[in-house]
Amino acid sequence: MNYISNLHKILSKSIFTITAEIGPPKSSDNTIIIEKGKILKDYADAFNITDNQTAVVRMSSLSASKILVDNDIEPIMQITCRDRNRIALQSDILGAAALGVKNILCLTGDHQSFGNHPESKGVFDVDSIQLIQIVKNMRDNGIFQNGEKITSKKPALFIGAATNPFLKCTEFAVDRLEKKINAGTNFVQTQSVFNIDKFNIWMDEIKSRGLDEMIHIIAGVSPLKSKKMANRMKFQIPGVDIPDDLYARMEKSEKPEVEGYKISLELTNMIKKIKGVHGIHYTALFWERIIPELVINSKLTFKDRNIKF
Amino acid sequence: MIITKSKNINNIINQINQESVFIIGCSECATICKTGGENEISKLEKLLTKQGINVIGSVILEPACHKLNDKRILNKYKKELKDIKQIITLSCGNGAQTISEIFEDKEVISGTDTIFLGQIKHINEFEKKCNLCGNCIIDKYDGLCPITRCPKNMLNGPCGGSIEGKCEIDNNMDCIWHLIYKKLKKKNRLKELREINEPFDWSNSKTWRIKI
Repeated sequence: MNYISNLHKILSKSIFTITAEIGPPKSSDNTIIIEKGKILKDYADAFNITDNQTAVVRMSSLSASKILVDNDIEPIMQITCRDRNRIALQSDILGAAALGVKNILCLTGDHQSFGNHPESKGVFDVDSIQLIQIVKNMRDNGIFQNGEKITSKKPALFIGAATNPFLKCTEFAVDRLEKKINAGTNFVQTQSVFNIDKFNIWMDEIKSRGLDEMIHIIAGVSPLKSKKMANRMKFQIPGVDIPDDLYARMEKSEKPEVEGYKISLELTNMIKKIKGVHGIHYTALFWERIIPELVINSKLTFKDRNIKF
Repeated sequence: MIITKSKNINNIINQINQESVFIIGCSECATICKTGGENEISKLEKLLTKQGINVIGSVILEPACHKLNDKRILNKYKKELKDIKQIITLSCGNGAQTISEIFEDKEVISGTDTIFLGQIKHINEFEKKCNLCGNCIIDKYDGLCPITRCPKNMLNGPCGGSIEGKCEIDNNMDCIWHLIYKKLKKKNRLKELREINEPFDWSNSKTWRIKI
């Protein structure tokens, strides 16, 4: 079988994958990307490069992805519908593939009112489901959104999407995931899991519909570094569900960093036992060095990838 | 109904560089929004007089966006308008530009901000229902418009920020997808929501200038 990317290969071989997030800097400094990549390189299979996440201006995800490619690290380029219309999206998709990007994660994007340019105009010409369909049509059928043919090489991209298991209405949340699957996504990364009970309810619904057989599900884990971060995640970030008991542990802790790490390790150990989950996606912005510890101590072995601890 | 909001009085005063001005209101939307009716004109007149600005006259057009009708009414104010260089319009942007077209030699100062096309929910409470996309699809969603009422124009269900039925942008605002889901569920039409809606045809929205 021809694999589109390393991530595609790992997931196809039913190896439990690790992916991790690398946030591009608020500057043109390529060394920051390279440094983060080097810290994490041996502990994950592919790395999400965020696209102006939370609507804050940073180095473009396409450029940062290319920097990783140049350093033999595999990126998952995130691409949102907030800042580009279908013309710019398709143009970046072609460009990304031409530069050696092999994984793409299609998102609608955080609303610009949350970011550092709240006066800006959002685009939202298409939504994430339509974007998935656009990439799939470009890759598999060699056509643009308007039906025109791609003149030569088609963009070979392994397609991902995001999903939130913690929406109030599980049935509808799963319906929407099913739409993403029908649109053509190959894998999904979930919103950070803190509420394991709710996550299990969602996974049960996924499995009862057989969706875990159709795509690869990668569960999100975000190590909480401080009380401030726990507070922000619980009360300010839309769609994050931190149960009160976990929140209280962070609040009471004298060493929040240690407590946050412990919580992430517990969550990792619980998640890796859930049938149907195919990997973990770590998001530890500005705390990247915690990821190797989590990977080692949760015994998420990398034996199949020739990496020794 | 075109919904307008009064501009801060200082914004208006800062634009005035003449001794005398003329005020134009509108009998329709701006009157109902309480931004361009009789009361608002007289309130503005008092405030300007206090600042030493002479209001030479005023009129309420019926409505201000009706160019032919405006010309007919304004004919009666030829004397007052003759030497006036600045006109303050208390109407929506359509009205203000109609006045601007009629008086090419005069400067129009808009006394309002035009916000959206909305419903009058209660007195002084308005809600945006239509964004004039030119391609109505509300029949698909049992009379609810996600293009207008979802800040991300989502056509295939809610985003991850739909929390307890409320929108992440403003928790006073219902997530339109939550409402669509509830309504279609009641009518046993949920199956329709599983179909993927293709990218929207925005070409009818004619955001560029157009005549029909």
